Amino acid sequence: MKTESHVNSTSAVKLSKAILKNDIKIFRAWTSHLGTCYHFVKLKKNKLSGWKGKCTLILSGAVIGLLNGFFGGGGGMVCVPILEKVLSLDQKHSHATAIAVIFPISLISAFIYIFKGYLETFPLCVVGAGVVVGGVIGSFALKFLPPKALRIIFALIMLAGGIKLLL
Amino acid sequence: MTIFLYVLFGVMGGVFGGLGMGGGTILIPLLTIFLGFEQKLSQGINLISFLVMAIIALIIHFKNGYVSTKGIIYIIASGLVFSAVGALMAGFLPSKVLRMAFGGFLCLLSVIEFIKVFKK
Repeated sequence: MKTESHVNSTSAVKLSKAILKNDIKIFRAWTSHLGTCYHFVKLKKNKLSGWKGKCTLILSGAVIGLLNGFFGGGGGMVCVPILEKVLSLDQKHSHATAIAVIFPISLISAFIYIFKGYLETFPLCVVGAGVVVGGVIGSFALKFLPPKALRIIFALIMLAGGIKLLL
Repeated sequence: MTIFLYVLFGVMGGVFGGLGMGGGTILIPLLTIFLGFEQKLSQGINLISFLVMAIIALIIHFKNGYVSTKGIIYIIASGLVFSAVGALMAGFLPSKVLRMAFGGFLCLLSVIEFIKVFKK
């Protein structure tokens, strides 16, 4: 009798521990779910609902489209900070989403560039192959975020190129 | 040698493009300055090669779950209209003017990038 109750109590302890562990898991999942819900509601209320948020998005689209069509690139550079501010995305998401935004926009201007004949087949194929290879490397590297040194190099190349083109 | 440079510049532009930092802002000046391409030609090359690269990059980013589609439809819709306007405008300007405008644009972008890097 005594031993049996002892066994029972230990199994009860085990059981309650298991329940507790499971509860913690469920609780964690629940809170994280709540967190995303909260984020979603906040986003919807502050940034997107109402004409003001939509106007901001449409206006930023106009700026991105105009620059990307006119200069044939660089829309992504403008798009990333806009996504960070207006849609309050973090760095990784804004960089990836910028490509999703720029893709259809570039498609239209690419058609116009082809139609107007601003292309030569040989350099396009060779440079294009390089871009595709580099793009795959860059896409996998986004997991680790562009490090500070890389961004400084990037800005330096842009500055040097900009000055050279201006002169 | 030139072919090697073509590929090298392409890879450099592609890495920054895949990171979503703007490959064109690197690729276009490299092509115009070092290979002497006409501004419109390098812009066209950048656009087309970006499109091919973006398909692969987007697949990878979607798999990693980094793409957030919320609200971007408004940006894309108005962007589509104005990119056509921008591309047609570029057609009316001579390549030399376009080149200088692009230089100014690059300087502005690099200043913004510097501010962003050193603020954080």
